[in-house]
Amino acid sequence: MKPPETFAQKILRRKSGNSVVPGQIVTCHPDRLLMHDNTAPIIAKVGKELKQFGLADPNLVVIVLDHVIPAASEKVAASHKKIREFVRKYGIHNFYDIGTGICHQVMVEKGLVVPGMLAVGSDSHTCSYGAVNAFATGIDRTEAAALLLTGKTWFRVPESIKISLTGQLNEMVTAKDLILTIINRIGASGATYCSVEFWGDIVNLTMDDRLTIANMGVEMGAKNAAFPVDNVTENYLESIGVLPDLYEPVWADQDADYKQAFTFDMAEIVPAIAAPHKVDNYRPVTDLIGLRIDQCLLGTCTNGRLTDFEIAGRILKNRKIHPSTRLLLLPASRNVLNQAMKKGFIQTLVQAGGVLLPPGCGPCLGAHQGALAPHERCLSTANRNFKGRMGCKDAEIYLASPATVAASALFGKITDPRKI
Amino acid sequence: MKVWVYGNDINTDMLFPGKYTYTCSKPEEIKPHLLEDLDPEFAEKVRPEDIILAGKNFGCGSSREQPVVGLKATGIQAIVAKSFARIFYRAAINQGLVLIECPGAKESYRPGDIVELDLDNDRINVGGKGFLFPQLPPEIQEIRAAGGLLSYTRSKLTAAKEENE
Ligand code: SF4
Repeated sequence: MKPPETFAQKILRRKSGNSVVPGQIVTCHPDRLLMHDNTAPIIAKVGKELKQFGLADPNLVVIVLDHVIPAASEKVAASHKKIREFVRKYGIHNFYDIGTGICHQVMVEKGLVVPGMLAVGSDSHTCSYGAVNAFATGIDRTEAAALLLTGKTWFRVPESIKISLTGQLNEMVTAKDLILTIINRIGASGATYCSVEFWGDIVNLTMDDRLTIANMGVEMGAKNAAFPVDNVTENYLESIGVLPDLYEPVWADQDADYKQAFTFDMAEIVPAIAAPHKVDNYRPVTDLIGLRIDQCLLGTCTNGRLTDFEIAGRILKNRKIHPSTRLLLLPASRNVLNQAMKKGFIQTLVQAGGVLLPPGCGPCLGAHQGALAPHERCLSTANRNFKGRMGCKDAEIYLASPATVAASALFGKITDPRKI
Repeated sequence: MKVWVYGNDINTDMLFPGKYTYTCSKPEEIKPHLLEDLDPEFAEKVRPEDIILAGKNFGCGSSREQPVVGLKATGIQAIVAKSFARIFYRAAINQGLVLIECPGAKESYRPGDIVELDLDNDRINVGGKGFLFPQLPPEIQEIRAAGGLLSYTRSKLTAAKEENE
């Protein structure tokens, strides 16, 4: 009889053609390689070799321009131009120019990653696609460059951590609060090198919820973070035109061997905040009520989806944000923006005083748009609160859910969304 | 030789702030910004042969490789830490920067201790105490021996091409 396997083992066995155990190194051809604005430095590394040996597989490559869009300077513009030339020259059809959205959202909503796939990306939040049952993990630029030439790379088969979720989240408590609580328990490095696999009552989590959770897997050090396929997944994929005969789901065996197991009762989760400068610096919102906020950021690849704008819109409908704060709106994609406009959420939020930014990374990495001044404090729905992350080492970033950010924008101070 | 000692969770924004990500990619552009928010002395005073000694989860955060490229360009012997974040670890292998995972070395270090590395024997001495660290798997040793992933890939592709001709 075959020994039981984790999700990670199964998918790496399927892709490498060998049965595998944690710690083993296997060579595989990934199904997707995602690159973004960093495509320019990646291709610069192997310009000569690309001419000599060619591109291994144009279908492998997905390029999304999202990090500094529209170009914030001549230098960035020149680098975007190089990328567009590369795309034309090598016939890369999965290219998405500025305004399509943040790479991770684009990968999922265009159906470029589907259940059972093995995807790599030169961005740490590539782990997001575990939400749709892909094995997805971040790599560095040099490795992306080598993949352009060979189409294959090595993987260390990870140990796995099992997270069982029970029950249901309460009103005004979101998947963001759940994942911040999980990261606090496991620690910012607690899942290093591991595959984090979610079990239990996940049927109570929407696709948007799962994307928020998988997105932050890397914030506990995980290699990937994955959900099984259920009705929610199938319905979501069908809504974007991906029918079940186009994918082959993979899931762990019931008795698979996990390095560690945790259980979280979703009904016990409360609105959470990650205080500066670490993602596992957890505080219940009630500890920080009244803390003055200069800038609120609603969006990013963590929380820039329709349900995020919906809950914020519900809170801010027919209201105005406090004059002492600013609210930035950063939809994760054009598609999200369109849907949120159709439903009136964007109108509500702009009327409330929000500033709409183009779908992309915007202020999240501190390169442009909405940078912070020294001693300013930002309450953000993003995934990182590291010192200097939003462009200023003397500013503070607090991470929270869209509900907490919207409620706090109303008063200019940290506010418990359950009290609105 | 100087030992630069840092704590846990030294993230990539501390090693190389994200605001420079799309304007610096050459080693000489990166070097002046290394650790600038955490330890402004580092970029100016680091010398080849120095060693960085850190706690757990060194290199967590973004997948940007400038920290690795910059640190490699300083010529430091190695980064010794309790543990490394995985993308940083891979990036280091790919650049040929030596990382050593050795919890004991960090714990036993006292200011002023002499640190000696013996890569051939997978051994590190800290203030007279010796620690063994785990050997890399053969696949990875091959990449390191080639001087990094790109030279490794280049030689494999060239060999394959010659075979076909
Ligand atoms: S939104 Fe932020 S975290 Fe997400 S891909 Fe862009 S820069 Fe990275």
